[in-house]
Amino acid sequence: MAEVIDKITAVQRISDIYEANLSKISSGLPDYVNNSRRSALAAFRRMGIPGFKNENYKYTDLTRLFDNENFRRAFKTDEFDVDLKDVFSCDVPEFDTHLILVVNGWYDEKNNPNASHPEGIIIKSFQKAVVENRDLVEKYYGKIAKAEADPLTALNTAFAQDGLFIYIPDNTHISKPLQLINILRSEDDLYVTQRNLIIAGKNSQAKIMFCDHTLLPQNFIVNNITEFEIEEDAVIDIYSIQNQHNKTANLIGLYIRQQQNSHLVTNAVSLHGGIIRNNLNVLLDGEHAEAKICGLALSDKNQHVDNYTFIEHAKPNCQSDQLYKNILDDSSTGGFTGRIHVAPHAVKTQAYQRNNNVLLTNAAKMNTKPQLVIDNDDVKCSHGATVGRINEEALFYLQSRGINEKEARLMLMFAFAHEVLAEIKVDKLRDVIDKLVNKRLRGEVSKCHSCALDCIR
Amino acid sequence: MLVIKDLYAKVEEKDILKGINLTVNAGEVHVIMGPNGSGKSTLANVLAGNTNFEVTHGTATFNGKDLLEMSADVRAKEGLFLGFQYPVEIPGVSMVNFLKTAVNEHRKYRDQPPLSASDFLKLMREKKTLVQIDSQLTNRSVNEGFSGGEKKKNEIFQMAMLEPSLAILDETDSGLDIDALRIVSNGVNLLKTPNNATILVTHYQRLLDYIIPDFVHVLYQGRIVKSAGKELALELEEKGYDWIKKELGE
Repeated sequence: MAEVIDKITAVQRISDIYEANLSKISSGLPDYVNNSRRSALAAFRRMGIPGFKNENYKYTDLTRLFDNENFRRAFKTDEFDVDLKDVFSCDVPEFDTHLILVVNGWYDEKNNPNASHPEGIIIKSFQKAVVENRDLVEKYYGKIAKAEADPLTALNTAFAQDGLFIYIPDNTHISKPLQLINILRSEDDLYVTQRNLIIAGKNSQAKIMFCDHTLLPQNFIVNNITEFEIEEDAVIDIYSIQNQHNKTANLIGLYIRQQQNSHLVTNAVSLHGGIIRNNLNVLLDGEHAEAKICGLALSDKNQHVDNYTFIEHAKPNCQSDQLYKNILDDSSTGGFTGRIHVAPHAVKTQAYQRNNNVLLTNAAKMNTKPQLVIDNDDVKCSHGATVGRINEEALFYLQSRGINEKEARLMLMFAFAHEVLAEIKVDKLRDVIDKLVNKRLRGEVSKCHSCALDCIR
Repeated sequence: MLVIKDLYAKVEEKDILKGINLTVNAGEVHVIMGPNGSGKSTLANVLAGNTNFEVTHGTATFNGKDLLEMSADVRAKEGLFLGFQYPVEIPGVSMVNFLKTAVNEHRKYRDQPPLSASDFLKLMREKKTLVQIDSQLTNRSVNEGFSGGEKKKNEIFQMAMLEPSLAILDETDSGLDIDALRIVSNGVNLLKTPNNATILVTHYQRLLDYIIPDFVHVLYQGRIVKSAGKELALELEEKGYDWIKKELGE
């Protein structure tokens, strides 16, 4: 019974925080944002803290995390005594990006003074965009990420204040990747709510990279929701690199809606983190839309990485292809749930899914679950999941050529991981991530709070 | 070079080798023949350090050092090479990266600096020509999608790259057509020097049309029951193994 009482307590405590700070939370935001808070909070109270009882969170129980937190909320942008420009500087000239810094969930122009935004595109704080770009925001806000269906989305919608807004106009091609760096930096334990909205106009092309980092060793909980509209004929690549310390719970919801003939690539590389939960929802809402969806997670110690995907084939002739891999060391745990729904009229659908996992120890644990709901006959669908160990025969083969066991294991792990990285179509980015993964597998990446990206000091 | 004394080994609680004695000197080519299940592949794997096999008794010294104490990679770096009966496909590990790592591990062991990229590629080109391996194969993952013949040629190519002092070729001839067999045996012959030695494990006499052995041994029920010169192979080809079994009183 004690457990049940605790859960009620966590939900109640969060509701109390909401009531006590509502004027702060709502401040400066228009009604169409604020009006959805109350019903979102009610939805959150109804669904409760995500845990075993919620089928979608079967592999990631967050009840203990929320029971034990009494973290500061980032209700306004934090002031820093250091210039973030001094903390970060890009020193890999060959990997050139448009850099965007978001600190503790807030996009502050002070932190992005010389942002060299490519021509025509709008990059600004969510706070500003909801007012200044109301015509764009109101059309999509809360429409792609529905608060009623997911407790973390509900929680985010109730508390949403800031984040990033990006608008890429029709026919705009951005050659340099946009690199959004989410930084966590706080002197005390911090709970971050971040709400992003990205709109890729018709026939636009862009590559967007999310990097999630911690800069101080405090406890962090991140409740991050991104809504992403991809209009007709747009070609969008989304890469995310998650590299945070073990006292971070990175709870990410990415909701994507694709219109016809659009093309999407997503690749989530989870290098480090305490609890990582990626909810990826892709709605294929126009004919001939294509999505290539990949993820690689490397975990050790007591880390936990759970990828949950929901691919909704709502229109005919669309294609989705998922490839997720995990390498789990020590007593780390992982989850993969791949949900695919093919609507009754979505004929000629092609939907593929593969999840391969390697356990390096007896204590590591992986749960994997395909969930295909197919409501018509005219489809091609496949799914496959494996959980295994390093191939001992291959290991002996490499050793018999003079390669020591440690190196041989690394070669095999890297080969396993590389299949996912090979899907990154930007050569330089792939090289950077290849190196990061290689370092991580060698245990060379700092396991503390510093950033592993070579481009940032 | 290699001295094996009274070697016993088992796999999964089953005794396979039951007292092997064998001495191999530099410059020699030995052939080990024998019926199926006699322990030929086990002997090859035990010598290469495959931990699926457990040595229960006996010794093996390699250039005066205790071979059985060394891990598989150290045995390789000491100059022992196993040509696999079934080379393993390793998707995702490129041939170039694999060989470069292997060659440089050997060099490190000998306190030599690693080869530069261009020197390595030069070495690879040289050896490819020597063993006539298709240049496309080295652009792929290790053995991935290779035909049976290509895999065996790749074993000889790796041997050429690593220049072992003792090569143990486990049924390298099986599954080869006549052209591939010629290429493989040419490779073995070309790589032969007065300072290295070869042990060929084979089922068939036909390999010996191309490679002339100094000694032929018959392995039967975990023991070497007969050793002689190359003429023994011809006798086996003609009469099979029954006469040996008779000699043993079975």
